[in-house]
Amino acid sequence: MTVLVWVEHDNASVKDATLAAVTAAGKLGDVVALVAGQGAQGAADAAAKIAGVSKVLLADDAAYGHALAENVAPLIVDLMSDYDAFVAPATTTGKNIAPRVAALLDVMQLSEVLSIEGDQFTRPIYAGNAIATVTSSDAKKVLTIRGTAFDKAATEGGSASVETVSGMGDKGLSRFVGAEIAKSERPELTSAKVIVSGGRALQSGENFHSIIEPLADKLGAAVGASRAAVDAGYVPNDYQVGQTGKIVAPEVYVAIGISGAIQHLAGMKDSKTIIAINKDEDAPIFQVADLGLVGDLFKVVPELTEKL
Amino acid sequence: MKVLVPVKRVLDYNVKPRVKADGTGVDLANVKMSMNPFDEIAVEEAIRLKEKGVATEIIVVSIGEQKAQETLRTALAMGADRAILIVSEDRVEPLGVAKLLAKVAEEEQPGLVILGKQAIDDDNNQTGQMLGALLGWGQGTFASKVEVSGDSVEVTREVDGGLETVKLNIPAIVTTDLRLNEPRYASLPNIMKAKSKPLAQKTPADYGVDVTPRLTVVKVAEPAKRTAGVKVADVDELVMKLKAMGVAK
Repeated sequence: MTVLVWVEHDNASVKDATLAAVTAAGKLGDVVALVAGQGAQGAADAAAKIAGVSKVLLADDAAYGHALAENVAPLIVDLMSDYDAFVAPATTTGKNIAPRVAALLDVMQLSEVLSIEGDQFTRPIYAGNAIATVTSSDAKKVLTIRGTAFDKAATEGGSASVETVSGMGDKGLSRFVGAEIAKSERPELTSAKVIVSGGRALQSGENFHSIIEPLADKLGAAVGASRAAVDAGYVPNDYQVGQTGKIVAPEVYVAIGISGAIQHLAGMKDSKTIIAINKDEDAPIFQVADLGLVGDLFKVVPELTEKL
Repeated sequence: MKVLVPVKRVLDYNVKPRVKADGTGVDLANVKMSMNPFDEIAVEEAIRLKEKGVATEIIVVSIGEQKAQETLRTALAMGADRAILIVSEDRVEPLGVAKLLAKVAEEEQPGLVILGKQAIDDDNNQTGQMLGALLGWGQGTFASKVEVSGDSVEVTREVDGGLETVKLNIPAIVTTDLRLNEPRYASLPNIMKAKSKPLAQKTPADYGVDVTPRLTVVKVAEPAKRTAGVKVADVDELVMKLKAMGVAK
């Protein structure tokens, strides 16, 4: 089987999410990486060095500059006549493009795949409260990969050739107007390696800023919140981690003043390590936490920030 | 212009899903079901467009068992004008749903189709994008702001790392993210009024669409339980552990 992998990049380098997708794709067959963009030669060269990539296809065109699904999907569909599977990381870009590709190929997509064993795939449903094992009867497979579920392929060691491909260019359905990317120095919530999250126990927005944020900055972490903290107006709702908010799976998740309601756990329980700080030693969060500290967050968190 | 809003009946987000002992799925017998939260946001957005004079009629559509009527009535009580229920007692996958919605869109000729970004049961996040592909329309996914002007719509999207704005030709597809709006509650008089709003019943066969699933669910299992952690005595011990893990220097 030959697999086409969507490369997420910033024109010069390949983003981390792609590396897990390469590992997952390697379980299916021979991996060919697709770099679509405008002025993306640097990214293509970087992709060629990823261990496990046998060839890189570079589609360099103004139409692909912002990865608009309307333009990129037909390019991929066109290439897919030579491939058996299309694999994208389950980033917002991957999630935007892959289903459009799947529908154009008339196949069902497998979203947020956690494992691949032969022809069986596992994926989370009900916000990770259940894991479904599925098989696909489609001749071609389209998958998005949950980045935290697969090891990252090495960024060095490969020596693939780069081949230029062209597509149909701009379909004229959509155009990029602008972007407002991360005003803060903090990493973005869904792709952060470390997340520090606060709950209702913070009592106010001021406390949230003065207690949670300094710790987050010390750890180079993104900042999240429980629904209670969002509903109470401490932080805007794009901070919300949980079933209806963002689903995250960082290496380390620090839950501060969060009791651990099921809707919140649904958004973060796939984190590699969970650390909880709560004054109630019976709080449900301690049942999932790898490391727990029972104490008053107003004393403990500033002390922790200072000692780090 | 007309606005089409697909809505899905799902297990209420407050209910903890229980995996059936035989591993065939999640137990949905005698549990509270409600409208998918992202679809509530989609209905709300359509109503706001109507209140601004942009939308002329809001059609809500659901695909599923007879009980999905309740979900449609909720949408009608919020402010939608009429409803279509495509009855299927069997599971319909996003591809099948998108094909049915494409037929409805061809019939109704909406200017916008507003969907939730994902349903909180299957967590697929596919239907809107698939519908965009089948209709050949632009897609503004994960929308946190929607502004219609003339024959185009500007959609601000929540992307990894921040926000991105795209401009789409109308007709177009929009899928909602959490930040788009705060859905309203249906008032009692509106719930009563919704009972007399039109609700048409169809089947997938009426649209000539084959909705046979492409994926076979082999089994559904509980996620691996996390191993019990340890409690640390004080901040110093926590700092030590964080350093050992390489999280802190």
